[in-house]
Amino acid sequence: MSAHAHPVSHHGAAPQGFIRRYIFSTNHKVIGIQYWLLALTAVSVGMLLSWLFRTHLAWPHFAIPGFGGAMRPEQYLALVTMHGTIMVFFVLTVAPQSGFGNYFLPIQIGADDMAFPTLNMLSFWVTAVAFFVLISAFFVPGGAPINGWTSYPTLSAVGPIAGPGQGTGETLWVISIGLFCLASLLTALNFIATTIEMRAEGMALMRMPLTVWAWFVTAIVALLAFGVLLAGCILLLLDRTAGTSFFIPAGLVFSDTQPPLNHAGGSPLLWEHLFWFFGHPEVYIAILPSMGVVSTVLSTFSRKPVFGYKAMAYALCAIAFMGFTVWGHHMFVSGMSPYSALAFSFLTLAIGVPSAIKTFNWLGTLWGGKIQFTSAMLFAIGFVSMFVTGGLSGLFLAQPAVDLPLHDTYFVIAHFHIVMGVAAIFGIFAGTYYWYPKMFGRCMNEKLGKLHFWFTFIGAYLIFMPMHWMGIMGALRRYAQPGGLAFLQRMAPIEHFITIAALITGAAQLFFYWNFFWSLRHGEKAGENPWHATTLEWSIPSPPPPENFLEVPRVYRGPYEYSVPGYQEDYIPQHLAPEQVAKAGS
Amino acid sequence: MSSRKTERGAGSAGVLLALSLVILVVTTVFIFAARIFPMAPSITRVGDWIDGQYDLTLWITGVIFVVAQIGLAWMVFRYRDRGQKAHFSHGNNLLEIIWTSATFVLFIALGAMAVHAWSQVHFVSAAPNALKIDVMAEQFTWNFRYAGPDGKFAPIAPKYYNDAEGNPFGIASKSKDTDDIVSPILEVPVGQQVELRMESKDVIHDFYVRELRIKQDIVPGMSIPIHFTPLKIGTYDIMCAQLCGLGHYQMHSTLHVVSEADFQKWLKQQEAENQQ
Amino acid sequence: MAQMPPVAEAPPASQLDLEDIGIGPGGPGGGRDGERGPGDRGRPVPQRSYVTGLTMGLAAILMFFMALVSAFIVRKGLSDDWRAFPLPPILWVNTAILLASSVTIEVARRRLARLDISGFRHWWGMTTALGLLFVAGQLVAWRQLVHEGIYLATNPSSSFFYLLTAAHGVHLLGGIIALFVIGLRSWQNARVTRSTATEMAAIYWHFMDGLWIFLFLLLMMGQ
Repeated sequence: MSAHAHPVSHHGAAPQGFIRRYIFSTNHKVIGIQYWLLALTAVSVGMLLSWLFRTHLAWPHFAIPGFGGAMRPEQYLALVTMHGTIMVFFVLTVAPQSGFGNYFLPIQIGADDMAFPTLNMLSFWVTAVAFFVLISAFFVPGGAPINGWTSYPTLSAVGPIAGPGQGTGETLWVISIGLFCLASLLTALNFIATTIEMRAEGMALMRMPLTVWAWFVTAIVALLAFGVLLAGCILLLLDRTAGTSFFIPAGLVFSDTQPPLNHAGGSPLLWEHLFWFFGHPEVYIAILPSMGVVSTVLSTFSRKPVFGYKAMAYALCAIAFMGFTVWGHHMFVSGMSPYSALAFSFLTLAIGVPSAIKTFNWLGTLWGGKIQFTSAMLFAIGFVSMFVTGGLSGLFLAQPAVDLPLHDTYFVIAHFHIVMGVAAIFGIFAGTYYWYPKMFGRCMNEKLGKLHFWFTFIGAYLIFMPMHWMGIMGALRRYAQPGGLAFLQRMAPIEHFITIAALITGAAQLFFYWNFFWSLRHGEKAGENPWHATTLEWSIPSPPPPENFLEVPRVYRGPYEYSVPGYQEDYIPQHLAPEQVAKAGS
Repeated sequence: MSSRKTERGAGSAGVLLALSLVILVVTTVFIFAARIFPMAPSITRVGDWIDGQYDLTLWITGVIFVVAQIGLAWMVFRYRDRGQKAHFSHGNNLLEIIWTSATFVLFIALGAMAVHAWSQVHFVSAAPNALKIDVMAEQFTWNFRYAGPDGKFAPIAPKYYNDAEGNPFGIASKSKDTDDIVSPILEVPVGQQVELRMESKDVIHDFYVRELRIKQDIVPGMSIPIHFTPLKIGTYDIMCAQLCGLGHYQMHSTLHVVSEADFQKWLKQQEAENQQ
Repeated sequence: MAQMPPVAEAPPASQLDLEDIGIGPGGPGGGRDGERGPGDRGRPVPQRSYVTGLTMGLAAILMFFMALVSAFIVRKGLSDDWRAFPLPPILWVNTAILLASSVTIEVARRRLARLDISGFRHWWGMTTALGLLFVAGQLVAWRQLVHEGIYLATNPSSSFFYLLTAAHGVHLLGGIIALFVIGLRSWQNARVTRSTATEMAAIYWHFMDGLWIFLFLLLMMGQ
């Protein structure tokens, strides 16, 4: 895929039409960019939604144009529901894994494409359809659903009597998520088969870049988790439309004038278990690829190998595996057994250990380095700071007793936004600044990149740090207004502060949008290896030809051989045979 | 031949980064340490234990936060490119083992210390002489039921729900035989253990009182018990802490902790109103 | 089941047969997507990848069914409203049919390995027919239940019956479609060889067979 105006002709093959090359392409690079652009669209919508409800939270009586007066609770709840759903699924699961993974996994292992290119194309288009199905919920009678991205029954299971948006809107939500599950499963099996079977000669598992490790392990997590969500969605759909009672107990009455609902025997806790069994691995799906990117970027711009490469690879595996054992920490106050709560608690604390290992090793990578502060590097360093902050607030929530005052408050919102909404996004930004020259043959503007970083880094802390304190004081999630509660009303200045920070930080993303699209045409031309990096993608032209490698690559060493003593250059690419590497003084 | 696309002398970014991390640490530690935004004061013994565990966690995470962020600041400051060579190293296995074990021990110890407070909340049943009060949560109000002078709770069923006639619990017969006291606010005597049995009519709600350090989901189809002993007279907010629909943010009630004498007076008042 | 080696070690029955199986000018992996035609540079996808991909797919399908099975177990123990109902006896017949089809698909593969293409087609077709017969039998079982007044929402036990049989049936139909495609398509310029495709289909088929046995036992335990 290239941004050149003229179609690149291929050796011996007939030229293809625009549709086959750029719309229904089976080429992993095109598909990767399609996913990335889908995520960009999604994050733009998701961010816009957040500006709307943040404006309402700061100025509850302000009539935002188009809302027909001051924002009503159903509008507020629909906005937060769709914001969460869009961001978690269509941004954080799509961009770092399906976006960058599709583009760079085959190249970094020395392959021509994914194992199943047509399946890959199918996966993308099902994901795209899922996105449009979700968005269509805004436009149906009743509007978008109001039960949060977690969609707990019975609120989500009984249809319109539970509120506006709980009819068609919620059904569309369930269908969209179901489609997303299917597409993700297909992508996952593609990634796994590719990584196992299509590595070039010499690319042993322990020579794979940590990005590949991350995409590989993430794909395994996705493979095992999304089927469970799909099952849950089907059960929810049946409860909603077919009169079954998986999640709905007997005797429910939604207003005095209704007879009890004709359901019996189900339990909302069953949904919670199924949802969170998926939901917790999902957050690791969101962050692991960014961890891989950060390891690579920190290494490249410190001119040092990743500190403790093997430990990093094992830590990725440990986080992925243990991620399946901790889901109950979302359910400490749910009414589930308090004994299992303790088991989940210890497992959750234990999963902090591999995360800590990674943090130590990132610091170790920087230590003794020769640090160059490119935009990509700034975001990678920012990731480490954010991950520490967000991870530490998790320590509070991991203990059931301490979770009691903090559950469902703004403290939780602060925690998951800092790890997912900031750190994981920083990983995406780092990856974009790092790989843009390879993908498009041009460099992004570094000045704009730095501006983007500073506004975003400072802005993100200004937005989300105060939320910890709101939560400690008892401010609850998903509250459309302070209502009659004095202690909440007194938090108005904090709400103002956060909203203003959010609007400014949001506006600063324009630096990124502008930089991205402007540089496609006007960015400084990039060579093959502008960063003097070692992994295989930097051994091919920028942008790469359709089949990636003009010569079949062979791998001779690990992925992060920087500043090896005794050599002329401070980096040794993976693909150079030993006799081709110039020694020092030669 | 590609030239390296990085600039020497861009080390100012490193200084700036280090500075901003220092500012982050100082500001954050100050705000937490000075308790500028404190938790509502606890009014139960269990709440105090929870607070103790929270403080311990705050200390530990505070130290880690400072060390990690300042460590990061130090790295980007000290090792910014000023023409030096990078130090080639693939890692240090001994260090890995040390910091992995230390982290593991620290985190698990933290978790072990948190068990006590949790067990007091959930593993200990209410005493036999606890004051039993039923809680009924519905979109979007709270109601509380006391046993009345006969000391017994009348049977209830969904088909008798009638909020408009003051029968949110669906008490089977509102005759003179049933003397249950139904109240929209929760009135309890200080120093007396209270056992709540909570049910929901429609969706998941959550009973939340900050000062009690209690938060418990109420799941339709389940009857969920929880107990507490308030030690301070006062008025406290009861909030719903699980999204339950449009009126979620308005679903409030009040917890009145009063003296034993005032509580008895209140009970008599309610009984009298019942008989009218 | 041995993979056909890319070098002709077995005596070729005919050039056409060899290309069908995936040996010859088309080559294993043959042409790729439309961006490169046959004869282009470009490394073929190893045939092993397809089996790996399928196995991963089966892992995902297994997790899906395990979620439903856990829901079954939890729901059964949740409230005392679980009512057993007699399972239609035709399910035993359907099970036998599916087991038989697992046998026939293996016979078909052995015929293929011996390059007995017509024998392969015969037994492959038999498998497809048995598969269709199984699905028809499941639909009959449904009709019998409806006749008794047992519908999807009648009782949690019936909800799970319909749900599990439908989920299994849908996946089996996917397998039947694969059987049709494999039985009828041309193998020239195919990325996957017939040998690999039949191996994949067989693994999938046996998995569906085993899954059905498991679900059937579960449904019986639920009664």
